[in-house]
Amino acid sequence: MKVTQLTVFLENRSGRLAEVTDILGKAGINIRGFSTTEAAEYGILRLIVPDPEKAREILHKEGFTTHLTEVVCVAVPDEPGGLARVLDVLAEQQISVDYMYSLSFQNICFALRDIDRAVGLLKDKVRLLSDEEVRGL
Amino acid sequence: MSTATANAPGKLVPDEVGGLHWQAEAETLPTRELGELQLARLRATLQLAYDNVPFYRRKLDEAGIAPGDVDCHGRAQDLPFTTKIDLRDHYPFGMFAVPRDEIVRVHASSGTTGNPTVVGYVRSDIELWGDLIARTLAAGGIGPGDLLQNAYGYGLFTGGLGLHFGGERLGCTVLPISGGNTERQLKLMRDFGATAIACTPSYALYLAEAARDHGLGPDDLPLRVGFHGAEPWSNEMRAQIEHGLGIDALDIYGLSEMGGPGVAFECRCKAGMHVNEDHYLAEIVDPQSLAALPEGEVGELVITTLSRRAQPLIRYRTRDLCSLIYEPCECGRTFARMTKPVGRTDDMLIIRGVNVFPSQIEEVLMSIPEIEPHYQIVVDRKGYLDVVEVWIEVGEDIFGETMGQLDSFERMVQQKLYSVLNIQAKVRLKEPRTIARSEGKAVHVIDRRTETK
Repeated sequence: MKVTQLTVFLENRSGRLAEVTDILGKAGINIRGFSTTEAAEYGILRLIVPDPEKAREILHKEGFTTHLTEVVCVAVPDEPGGLARVLDVLAEQQISVDYMYSLSFQNICFALRDIDRAVGLLKDKVRLLSDEEVRGL
Repeated sequence: MSTATANAPGKLVPDEVGGLHWQAEAETLPTRELGELQLARLRATLQLAYDNVPFYRRKLDEAGIAPGDVDCHGRAQDLPFTTKIDLRDHYPFGMFAVPRDEIVRVHASSGTTGNPTVVGYVRSDIELWGDLIARTLAAGGIGPGDLLQNAYGYGLFTGGLGLHFGGERLGCTVLPISGGNTERQLKLMRDFGATAIACTPSYALYLAEAARDHGLGPDDLPLRVGFHGAEPWSNEMRAQIEHGLGIDALDIYGLSEMGGPGVAFECRCKAGMHVNEDHYLAEIVDPQSLAALPEGEVGELVITTLSRRAQPLIRYRTRDLCSLIYEPCECGRTFARMTKPVGRTDDMLIIRGVNVFPSQIEEVLMSIPEIEPHYQIVVDRKGYLDVVEVWIEVGEDIFGETMGQLDSFERMVQQKLYSVLNIQAKVRLKEPRTIARSEGKAVHVIDRRTETK
């Protein structure tokens, strides 16, 4: 029960992330989950998509450097201690976790350079979650 | 100075390593006598320049040096320099030290920008040049009876006619085939039994490949020795040429400003090029401070002509970077040897006081197989500090899964660069196809320090 994850190398230039999502969107590829990691000058975008080979081919043609990796996706029980139970199994056998991220695609957390301006720009186009709403999730 | 520098035709005698001397006495002159000869000829050259070239009269007056003042090598280091720009400024004939009607030949460099560099010869200059080339060819072991296929281009370029007259002066048979037409080169080489070839190293390599394509191995060709110059070339290239054509490939150095090829030449030891020190005074200076560098250090080669009459040049900055070897050579020649030029001052970057050649950086990058052949070196100044970035593209061979992999790759490249360059260079990982490609010569260096000045 392994899943193939698509990894993309990105330079830290504004709009670069949007280019990837545009390309995949136009190709009809739905992003099921993702995470980004960044260093000073570049970042790594990790994607879970329905057809990672096809997505890779499309991005490759557009000049992106990509990589496919095997990962494990877990349905974690939505209750206190749910995540802990999964991690405990791994910790007991000393299997280390390189990184992990959530797959749920509905609610996404953004860290942005100009947060107030971003809020102003987004608030009429998409639904932003309030502090209370997030606590109630 | 009159006829003091005119040379009697040479006489071939063996050297110590299987080659020949053309002018054995001059080529093996004891160091002290050579120094005295150089000083006498330097004074005469200064007088000639002072009396006849307004540019040098002004330069020497400004420096407060009279031609007779120069009494030892130390004093020679106070003399003013001459640059290519000075030659361009006096285009076409402003650097001539003799009336135009005494000039018997004029050559000119191609000059990709602006005016070409002009070089004039009186009859004795042509004869001297012939002797210098004859020394070069003799050192490779050829003489009368040999057939020299001269595949250097004939024309304004000094290579063709220089080797031609040198070959005739030596007494070998010269085939003035000039460059190109490789089929004919190979046919005549075999039909005429050419034993020596003169051409650029890149053309020699091309000929070797063409010979192989025609099913001709090194044993099928009569060639024994090749004389290759006018371009930088490495010892790896030498090995390929020697293997492909079955010859000894010897290096030859010169520049049109100095009269053409024949300033320095290799003996069969292939361990540096002997500078014809009886006719050229060679020094190595720091290209920035222009101070003389200690023996063995790499710096800019500066040459003063000691015998040329039409166009004496004082402390001419060649822009070639090399070092001089003064240890005696096995061949018996007493002339100092210059190493193969490691680069040009035009290419050299000075970063935090350290001399860095883009070629060194390229070598490091090319030694790492995962790195794509596209790179860029960006030099900038942050505050008072020079910073160097080496941009490389992240191909799929480098890109793994985690940040740590990229990070350690970056550090590995940085470490390799540091061990070669002795300066910290920041490696920047770029997306594929983001480093500019160019049709012709790739632009590998962006120096932003000059943009902000």
